[in-house]
Amino acid sequence: MADPMRIRAQASGDKATVRVLMSHEMESGQRRDANGKLVPAWHIAEVTAEHNGKVVMTAEWGPAVAKNPYLQFSVKGAKAGDKIAISWKDNRGDTRRDEATVS
Amino acid sequence: MTTPVLFSGRARAVGLALAVSGLSACTSGPTVAELDALTDAVVKASFRTEAQAKVERVTQTDETNRLCSQADASGKPLDEATAKAIEAANLKSIRWPSDGRFLGDWKQGEQIAQSGRGLTWTDGANTPNGGNCYNCHQMDPKEISYGTIGPSLLQYGKIRGVTDPNSEVSKPIVEYTWGKIWNSKAYNACSNMPRAGHMGILTEAQVRHIVALLLDPQSPVNK
Amino acid sequence: MKRILTLGALCLGVLSLPAWSQKTASQGIDEYRAMLQDGNPADLFEAKGEDLWKQRRGPKNATLEQCDLGKGPGVVKGVFVELPRYFADTRRVQDLESRLLTCMVTLQGFNGEEIAKTPFGRGEQNTLTALATWIAAESKNMRFNLPQGHQEERTFYELGKRMFFMRGGTHDFSCASCHGEEGKRIRLQDLPILTKNPGDGVGFAAWPAYRVSNGQMWGMQQRLNDCYRQQRFPYPGFGSDATVALSVYLGVNAKGAASVAPAIKR
Repeated sequence: MADPMRIRAQASGDKATVRVLMSHEMESGQRRDANGKLVPAWHIAEVTAEHNGKVVMTAEWGPAVAKNPYLQFSVKGAKAGDKIAISWKDNRGDTRRDEATVS
Repeated sequence: MTTPVLFSGRARAVGLALAVSGLSACTSGPTVAELDALTDAVVKASFRTEAQAKVERVTQTDETNRLCSQADASGKPLDEATAKAIEAANLKSIRWPSDGRFLGDWKQGEQIAQSGRGLTWTDGANTPNGGNCYNCHQMDPKEISYGTIGPSLLQYGKIRGVTDPNSEVSKPIVEYTWGKIWNSKAYNACSNMPRAGHMGILTEAQVRHIVALLLDPQSPVNK
Repeated sequence: MKRILTLGALCLGVLSLPAWSQKTASQGIDEYRAMLQDGNPADLFEAKGEDLWKQRRGPKNATLEQCDLGKGPGVVKGVFVELPRYFADTRRVQDLESRLLTCMVTLQGFNGEEIAKTPFGRGEQNTLTALATWIAAESKNMRFNLPQGHQEERTFYELGKRMFFMRGGTHDFSCASCHGEEGKRIRLQDLPILTKNPGDGVGFAAWPAYRVSNGQMWGMQQRLNDCYRQQRFPYPGFGSDATVALSVYLGVNAKGAASVAPAIKR
């Protein structure tokens, strides 16, 4: 499985701000190596966010997203102690899932 | 337990350091001369040749660099006589244009000034070198990405009253400009500026284009 | 996606501005830099480094938890801001990365010469970078206080000073060419003055750092290596005395400055 994500979720008022750092090469598929050959595309394709087991956000990512991507979003109604889970799947079928507790 | 040797040069330099410290153990540490010798030893042991970057680039620097490095490190500027001698020696080394033409094409000059390529250990030995000029200087006013390590060269020719670079009255400025680019230390012994011609960074043709960038009234530098 | 769209907008904004509103373009760049501060990918390397410290590895199948980085075996808090320093067991002044290599050799049985010769970004060099990132993070916001009590440490300071002002290479550059004066910049990159304390989180206090432009995590060894490359110098050996002496000079000059490592850079 890929390297772990770093997830921080902080509640403030009626929502929680979630910050996620993902470890991924995110090759666009348009870059050429030192020999001029195209480096094949290898990037996260789907991202899913769950709040206490319920899917609250999905994203479809393409080659425009940077290496080691940083994602930030807020979840309405999330309180301290709630569970946030982030999972991603890349274009090679590799997956990663990590959880964090809202502080 | 033996000290693990990570690469051979290091052990020698350490041995020297300790030996030097031992020599002056009774006083307050190594003398200036001992430190200078130790620096040379450490440099020799620490650097290695990589691609076109030969180790001689630091183990065999010339008088100009050695004296100016010493002056910088000690905080004592060179005395007037030494500075003048260095300037004279560098002036003597200047190669003036072989065909007498000092100005080339300012458009090519701008490209050379923009390029920072060449002579590092990751540069191919056959790619043309750049002048690195914008790293330190402002030139074309449209270019906002310029450095401030050197003075701004905005309106270089205009400020000096050069309306016709081929005229007799402009000759001193034209020659100075060529000379400064070819060997900056001919006019300022410990100048921060590289010696583009003298050290083989730029060719005669390239220097010609840079002189044009600075002195051609049509160049954006002078508009 | 949101980050990329916003960055794209910023880039377009910078390109379309005429030269006279240069200050606005620079402000745009400052905004971009501020945006980068949140979500530093260095965190990923930090996490990795902490794992590698505790993992059994190498021919001796041992962890690094007995490694002495200057404050006793296993102590990691506060060591970063007191390195480089003299170590009695190796009789050398060592920086963080060369000291980590010593521990990988003595505690875990790795081949030190091989790792020293491995290019940055490959093999066990990645281990060293991750470890250095984590160790630096354990001293975040602490102030630099390199020891100068041992004669070797003082000698290395003097050596480092000479190295700093040593002109060489095809371009006659020394470290001082770029870092010897206040308020200068190369192209649009501000240059901290390194002959004295340049302030909190700047210069020596800003590495290891994650470089967004190439997505790489760089320790001080790699930072010095790349400076020398651009100075057209020959290659400085990994953990060599020249690089350690320079670090002593920079670190002692930065006494009192707060470390922000691991930082993030463009």
